[in-house]
Amino acid sequence: MPQHTDKAYEEELAQLRSHVLEMGGLVEEQIAHAIRALTERDESLARETMQRDHTVNRLDVEIDELCIKLLALRQPAARDLRLITTALKITTDLERIGDLASHTAERALELSAELPIKPYIDLPQMADLARGMVHQSLDAFVKEDAELALSVCASDDPLDKLHAQLFRELLSFMVEDPTTISRAMRLLFVSKALERIGDHATNIAEMVIFMVRGRSIRHMDAVPRVL
Amino acid sequence: MWSVPEAALTTQADTPAKVEVRDLSVHYGETKAVDGVNIDIPRNQVTALIGPSGCGKSTFLRCLNRMNDHIAGAQIRGRVVMDGEDVYGPDVDAVDLRRRVGMVFQKSNPFPKTIFENVAFGPRVHGLRDAVALREIVERSLRQSALWDEVSSSLEKSALELSGGQQQRLCIARALAVEPEVLLMDEPASALDPISTAKIEELIHELKNSYTIVIVTHNMQQAARVSDITAYFYLGKLIEYGPTARIFTSPTRQETEDYITGRFG
Repeated sequence: MPQHTDKAYEEELAQLRSHVLEMGGLVEEQIAHAIRALTERDESLARETMQRDHTVNRLDVEIDELCIKLLALRQPAARDLRLITTALKITTDLERIGDLASHTAERALELSAELPIKPYIDLPQMADLARGMVHQSLDAFVKEDAELALSVCASDDPLDKLHAQLFRELLSFMVEDPTTISRAMRLLFVSKALERIGDHATNIAEMVIFMVRGRSIRHMDAVPRVL
Repeated sequence: MWSVPEAALTTQADTPAKVEVRDLSVHYGETKAVDGVNIDIPRNQVTALIGPSGCGKSTFLRCLNRMNDHIAGAQIRGRVVMDGEDVYGPDVDAVDLRRRVGMVFQKSNPFPKTIFENVAFGPRVHGLRDAVALREIVERSLRQSALWDEVSSSLEKSALELSGGQQQRLCIARALAVEPEVLLMDEPASALDPISTAKIEELIHELKNSYTIVIVTHNMQQAARVSDITAYFYLGKLIEYGPTARIFTSPTRQETEDYITGRFG
């Protein structure tokens, strides 16, 4: 693709892309740290993860400001306009993912003082899935790859299924032994947070498809199999 | 496949086109200025022609009311059909055509006469002598061009005393006085300050209810603001045309994309 006649504009758009990636990388790490803090009962890692949410929030504000500046000063059109509106929307999702990772770290901190009710198998698997979806959606953003983005939308299903399965399992714990309720509830919050991260990653992927193709696939009854 | 909500991206193109252009080419001597253009210009809508200098958009515009007839060495091929009639047909009187297809230029060019006489000029040339009717036409035209409130008490002042923006609106009033069907505008606001430009753009919005408007502009934001249809010209060819909202969000041709995003040359 040809470069902008205005080099400064070109650099600002490159800067926007790299900021979004930086925020995405940070958020992915936050998910990994939060779940490790839970499984390894690492209180200091949990605290560190909660603390780092401020950095995510700061990036969110910075990217918003950059987008608003670009909209006001450059009057972007076509692919540039779609890049900037996409960046504006996906940073909102990334910021929410950051919050969910932070909430997971809070639950990890609370649970670290108590005995585990079961070994952690499903939650790390869910965290891997969720993190993979975030990673892939951002990969699709950088590569401007609509097909890759579409595959992210399709991979939300396994995550939803794991969440439903874990919900049933934790429910049975609570029914059998009410003393597990507070721990099981906290695990359920974590499961729900991971499931929501998958939803946010799907939002990002859908925006990437809009950015690349100029058409929206959001709010459709079924994810289209081909673009 | 899935459905795409394209309601916002389409225009009400149900009515037949006001002007249909088919295989239009213009040569100036050896130079090909317009190269095989086909386009339908929809009735009561604003069509913007954009493209870099020398892309043929002004030459194309001037074909619509045969303003190129007087340019030595200009050769025009193809058809320009307005309401079913070829404007280059043997029976068409070019002067009458230019009454039906009015034009406003980049640089305002009022006659060195009074404001009243500038607007009354066209109807007089076309034979209107009745003073009351002339006054009515002058008032109506000045109201339509959003100038009446500023000049109603000074119609006998020289048009040259008006500001640049007022002069341009006077030229629009002068074009409207002969009740054209189509209004061609060649960079009508490029020499004006932002407030005068906004007034002209507001006026274009009003006028499209009664007229079919074709505007050439170098200002892409202006094209985006005022037009329903945008046509992108490059090297004499019409590269792409379609609903303005679509052209500025998702053009289909790479050349259009590069031009409107500023990736050019």
